Amino acid sequence: MDKVMSNKKIIALYVLPSLLLILAIVYIPIVLTGYYGLNEWNGIGSMKFIGFDNYSALIKDHLFWSSAGHSLLLAVFSALSLIVYLVIAMVLSAKLKGANLFRKIYLIPMLLSSVAIAQLWLKILHPTNGILNSILESLGVDNPPAWLAEPNLVLFALFIPILWQYAGFYILIYYAALKNIPTSLEEAAKIDGATSLQIAYKIKLPLAMEVIKVTIVLAVVGSLKYFDLIYVMTDGGPNGSSEVMASYMYHQAFKSYDFGYGSAIGFFLLIICLVATWVIRKLTASKDTIQYS
Amino acid sequence: MFKKKWAVVLLTLCLAIVAAACGNNANNSSNNGNQSSDSGSNGSGSGEKVTIKFMHLWPEGVSAGQNKIVNQIINEYQTEHPNVTIKQEVLDNEQYKNKLKVLSASNQLPDVGVTWAAGFLQPYVDGKLFAPLDDLLSGDLNGKFVNGTTEAYAIDGKTYGLPLEFNITPVYYNKAIFEKYNLQVPTTYDEFKNVVKTLSDNGIAPITLGNKDRWTGSLWYMYLADRFAGQETLANAINGSGSFKDPSLIKAATEIQSLVDSNAFVKGFNGLSNEEAKSEFLNGHAAMYMMGTWELPNFTTNEDIPQDFRNNVGFFKFPTVEGGKGDINSWVGGPGVGLFVSENSKVKDEAKKFVDYFVQKWGEQAVTGAGVIPATKVDTSTLQLPQLYLDLFDEMNKATSITLFADVQMEAGAAEKHLNLIQSLFGKAITPEKFSEEHDAALSK
Repeated sequence: MDKVMSNKKIIALYVLPSLLLILAIVYIPIVLTGYYGLNEWNGIGSMKFIGFDNYSALIKDHLFWSSAGHSLLLAVFSALSLIVYLVIAMVLSAKLKGANLFRKIYLIPMLLSSVAIAQLWLKILHPTNGILNSILESLGVDNPPAWLAEPNLVLFALFIPILWQYAGFYILIYYAALKNIPTSLEEAAKIDGATSLQIAYKIKLPLAMEVIKVTIVLAVVGSLKYFDLIYVMTDGGPNGSSEVMASYMYHQAFKSYDFGYGSAIGFFLLIICLVATWVIRKLTASKDTIQYS
Repeated sequence: MFKKKWAVVLLTLCLAIVAAACGNNANNSSNNGNQSSDSGSNGSGSGEKVTIKFMHLWPEGVSAGQNKIVNQIINEYQTEHPNVTIKQEVLDNEQYKNKLKVLSASNQLPDVGVTWAAGFLQPYVDGKLFAPLDDLLSGDLNGKFVNGTTEAYAIDGKTYGLPLEFNITPVYYNKAIFEKYNLQVPTTYDEFKNVVKTLSDNGIAPITLGNKDRWTGSLWYMYLADRFAGQETLANAINGSGSFKDPSLIKAATEIQSLVDSNAFVKGFNGLSNEEAKSEFLNGHAAMYMMGTWELPNFTTNEDIPQDFRNNVGFFKFPTVEGGKGDINSWVGGPGVGLFVSENSKVKDEAKKFVDYFVQKWGEQAVTGAGVIPATKVDTSTLQLPQLYLDLFDEMNKATSITLFADVQMEAGAAEKHLNLIQSLFGKAITPEKFSEEHDAALSK
């Protein structure tokens, strides 16, 4: 067995199928997108090579920057909401009655498709018949806002469902990470007289740090390229006030028939995501990884 | 412990996959299950097996009436032409548009498909993807079409699509609500504003509008523009020879905002889709709803909607404005979807024959089966039809002019700009002057 595994040719053979697959459906398309982005093309006729004109237009396009701002805002909110998920996971991982039930409840949104979630929240946020506004009215709020039609409110009205959609996912990851921590550590700390808060902060948090770093990257990158709920619920409206980078890309390519420009946005988005990943990894890099003793 | 270097590689990989997934929708999906049709010959030898791929947008759930008719026509055709198989692919409206685009990019259009007129058609014709169908028009379809329908599908003197539907856009109203508040059908714009005021004072939403979809609001602007400025001024502004800065067009934009200010439209209209807005009308929460005649089945024959409600739907023409140039019989509307034949189809002749057959059968069956108004001439005197349908049908024949929907007239980029500006105008995020300026800028590109 060792012999087989150290044979370079055999290794190459084993890697080949997945390598071909990933080349065909990931890397080649990325290269093609990069190439389309250098052309003026409506997606139907012939292409015209224009070099970096799409990119220089992109830099000057205030609509793009406003949608980039919205994406960034979502990333900040997602990253901050991780703190809440971590606290919930901490509580759940303590030996609590009903923790199991709660874990399942938090997971439900993950099992629904994005479009179903969007429809659900459209019903909740409906300006006149929605549950939310009905509750507000019964509490005596006169004329509650039409959440998805107000340019100043629409982003927050969308962020809540988006954060809700992913809560279960992150809670589950944190829960697993916390469960991995040997109970002996916690018991030792208790004997030394540590409070639960101290245990959480001084023992559990550092030991879950590696996982937390990964989730920060996931949350930030996921937010930067987020599309589904926004597309279904507001389609970037009203007046572009909920447009994010991915939806703007879609509108340019598929609605304005500017495929070259859309590809340029897509490629730019890829670069932004890569840079964001690199920055987060640099910021959260620690010299010594903590090991369980 | 997990090696960090690998973590970076892995994460980057995952990330690249995800980021690429959206940017490359086009490439990926065009590789999914679109085998080119394997019917060899160009000729239409009668014994030869031919498969015609037909892509359309009438799914069973959403457009039950149309779906049934399509299937009937296909079955009949296959019975009459045993060597021909029609393979259907059905998508809903939005998906259909996207898929058509993706298929064009990879040159894998279906043999026969559905298209829209004018601005939508342009890039496909420029890309030489649709076949001219003039030979069919001079054949047994000669003189069968309503005037002005095939013209919308013509580019540089050639016709690239055969229209199936013809629509005009009335304002539907709920008779019961009007009676309750002693309201008459408005014939002048001032009367209309009074109706709005009365309803809004009584806590009823006067007009339902789903402006998330944007073209819905465009209808309102077009009517006001037509009534203030007249059909010609509006047409010239849209085709670029005139200007949206014409005072009467600016006046129309101003009027949209004053309607918004007087709470004429349902709450949160800029966040509602057309479907959501329609349900406000269907459940009697709103008194008026402006929409094309493709909605007729819901107010006449659709059994899913209570009979009581259907009996209560009336319509009126958009009222004229004091001192405006518009005529009450001037409508916003135009041909709906049409059929195209792919230029690169291996079975072009067969596909054309099928289209020819389909258009004729559709005209006969769409009236009774789906309750829509076809683009081919129909003798309604011999058919049992709902009164609302007949009245609108007569109006259509009396129309002095029919202005094609603005977003259909314009090419894609300008249309997108127009629709965004409409939403901004309704949301009061832009002044009428700026609205007009931006339009001119978009159309002069």
